[in-house]
Amino acid sequence: MSAATARRFVFTHPSLWLGLAATLVFTLLALVSLVWTPYPIANIEIGDRFLGPSAAHWLGTDNLGRDMASLVMAGTLTSFVVASLSVLIGAGIGVPLGLAAAAWGGALEWLVLRLSDFIFAFPAIIVAILITSLYGPGATNAIIAIGIFNIPIFARVARGGAMSIKTLDFVAAARLAGLGNGAIAYRHLLPNILSLIIVQGTIQLSLGILSEAGLSYIGLGTQPPATSLGLMLRDAQGLFLIHPWLTLVPGLCIVLIVIALNLAGDGLRDAIDPRLKGAQQNAA
Amino acid sequence: MLLEVSGLTVKFGATEALSNMGLTLERGERFGIVGESGSGKTLTALAITGLLPEGAQVSGSIKIDGEPLPRSEREMARLRGKRIGMVFQEPMTALNPLMRINDQIEEAIRINAAAGAPPIEVPNLLREVGLELRHGDRFAHQLSGGQRQRVMIAMALASQPDILIADEPTSALDLITQRLVLDLIAEICTRRHMALLFISHDLKAVAWLCSRVAVMHRGKLVETGLVQDVLGSPKQAYTQKLVAASRFNVRPLARPPIGKTLLEVRGIGRDYKQGGPWPFGGKALRAVDDVSLSVDAAECVAIVGPSGCGKTTLARIIVGLDRATRGEIRFAGELHHGSDLPKARRRDISLVFQDPFGSFDPRLTIEQSLSEPLRLEKLDASTHVDRLIEAVEAVGLGQEMLRRYPHEFSGGQRQRLAIARALVTRPKLLVLDEPVSALDVSVRGEVLALLARLQADFGLTYLVISHDLDMVRAIADRVLVMEAGRIVEEGKPHEIFARPQHKLTQDLMAARLPEVG
Repeated sequence: MSAATARRFVFTHPSLWLGLAATLVFTLLALVSLVWTPYPIANIEIGDRFLGPSAAHWLGTDNLGRDMASLVMAGTLTSFVVASLSVLIGAGIGVPLGLAAAAWGGALEWLVLRLSDFIFAFPAIIVAILITSLYGPGATNAIIAIGIFNIPIFARVARGGAMSIKTLDFVAAARLAGLGNGAIAYRHLLPNILSLIIVQGTIQLSLGILSEAGLSYIGLGTQPPATSLGLMLRDAQGLFLIHPWLTLVPGLCIVLIVIALNLAGDGLRDAIDPRLKGAQQNAA
Repeated sequence: MLLEVSGLTVKFGATEALSNMGLTLERGERFGIVGESGSGKTLTALAITGLLPEGAQVSGSIKIDGEPLPRSEREMARLRGKRIGMVFQEPMTALNPLMRINDQIEEAIRINAAAGAPPIEVPNLLREVGLELRHGDRFAHQLSGGQRQRVMIAMALASQPDILIADEPTSALDLITQRLVLDLIAEICTRRHMALLFISHDLKAVAWLCSRVAVMHRGKLVETGLVQDVLGSPKQAYTQKLVAASRFNVRPLARPPIGKTLLEVRGIGRDYKQGGPWPFGGKALRAVDDVSLSVDAAECVAIVGPSGCGKTTLARIIVGLDRATRGEIRFAGELHHGSDLPKARRRDISLVFQDPFGSFDPRLTIEQSLSEPLRLEKLDASTHVDRLIEAVEAVGLGQEMLRRYPHEFSGGQRQRLAIARALVTRPKLLVLDEPVSALDVSVRGEVLALLARLQADFGLTYLVISHDLDMVRAIADRVLVMEAGRIVEEGKPHEIFARPQHKLTQDLMAARLPEVG
């Protein structure tokens, strides 16, 4: 798809545009928190606690008098970092495994598939509890736990895409030209399934943010003084009836980020769906 | 006048896909529309049935029995059901895979049942399209391609339509089945006095079936009239080109003399295991069974046979993509069994694929794709480039094409590039798997002429796999007929075609449609 058609597509598909724009806004907020937040997030001012939104504190303050806007910015960053790194782990290990399974087939394929069945059998949260009970809670262990859960998903997507490419004649032509399985996987299969992987990556990113929030909420993820959206929920849960605002802010943030990423993922899927592409070519 | 179309124009945005199309159809008449892919013939049919894709702007008039088509989708659906039956190209995707054939036909009957009319019964319909009652209890995947197409016809007949629209109903079928289905359509139209709108790229099928024809090109009507006038003495240049192309007149060129034996296949067999990864149980499927053949240098040998006879598997073993279960191959004096073809010999055998759209990686430039086989030879950079240019120019394309991507080329150009890729290592043997069957009629002739010229220029040896007897007759020195994995007849094309010995060869000859004009 050329740049011009891609641009036209964005304008004819508002949900993709909306999703990407919202994702970008949250990403920028998160990145800005690296260099600047309205207040330092470890700045405890007990006297200023439970303040409503005001000019000084845009989103008010929490039970320790910390600035909610600062916390949300830093928490979003943590969520994005944990989710992105776990997607990278999942794609980095899962995609090569899936490609190898498709390219070599036979015993290797069987092994990869059974291995992913094995990981699928445990919900992410159980894997996380296992890892954190062995190595202690923390953001790093949350990343590893979510990343491990992402591996079989990427392996399956990569293998499925590669299997359908593998039957095409150009792969047979490459084989005739003396290319081995590895070279075929790298040169022909990977570039042609990249779009699938990107779409799956976006969807796993939103699931990763949810998982991180869940893990932090039950105390297995990010630990204070660092913060994350899930941790903010955990801190605010006891006060929900008296100060619902403290729960609503991080909760709504999670919802908005996940919706944005899902919109972007679905939009991307529509944009690079090969069948849709075919329809556009036929019409042209 | 049963159907009257005039001034029909279909636009997608600013592009006019169909302009000022007109045709008329009398009761019981058979009308053919021929044209290449993208000529607007299918759009015409979709416009008549009101099934155009979203975003299409239609103008012009379509009248059935003098009445314009209804505006509302509901009435249009009723009209489609009652008056028009449709048969599509690919019957597998047009049938519901989860419903038994009986139920699908019955559904078509129930939806279109006219109040007070005597009920139609499924068995009668099955019998009318030449199926047995037991076929009705099966699912779509348990039927052959020809049987599925018969089911589609039965479903189209369920509403007792006045018009049957058949869009390339036989192009997915092999030669013998194609003839049976065409004869069935003709017979049913005559018996029911039903009008037929037959859409095809195959001039011979149209000439065989229809009394009047319209030739379309790039969304425009080129010529229309009686079949014997239009196809017998075409007036427009485009029609003349189309008729000439359907005859496969490959002019004979000065050819290098046929030399020594280049390829010898002895007792080759290929079994496919069925029934999962278990070593025992599950009967092996024998795709190729004890095949022996030899090809001499600079010869052109053709293997013909119906789909599923194992000819493609045989070709894959010869080029080294698959391994024979039994037997051996001697190529240029060296012995191998298929995929163990020595690397040094790989450059001497090339394969040209059937589908020009799947044979190039869409993400690589033509130069990258063409360079791939050159890995087999260690060449320095300047010879490498010279070879690429030589190959592209040999197939009549310019070297500036090398920087482009596959989607920028038409089907015929891609097939030329596929031949260029096969030539780039300067092979001795070129295996061509249905080299022109995926191409439009008008470019088939060009590609065949190119192959003939390349053989004269480079002394190439061809092994052609095909089901198209006319193409084989035009280019082959020797023909092998294959059935169920075995070679059943062998000989010079004119001998085999004049005096077929084996039952299959006789059937193939009988199924040929007469030449156009």
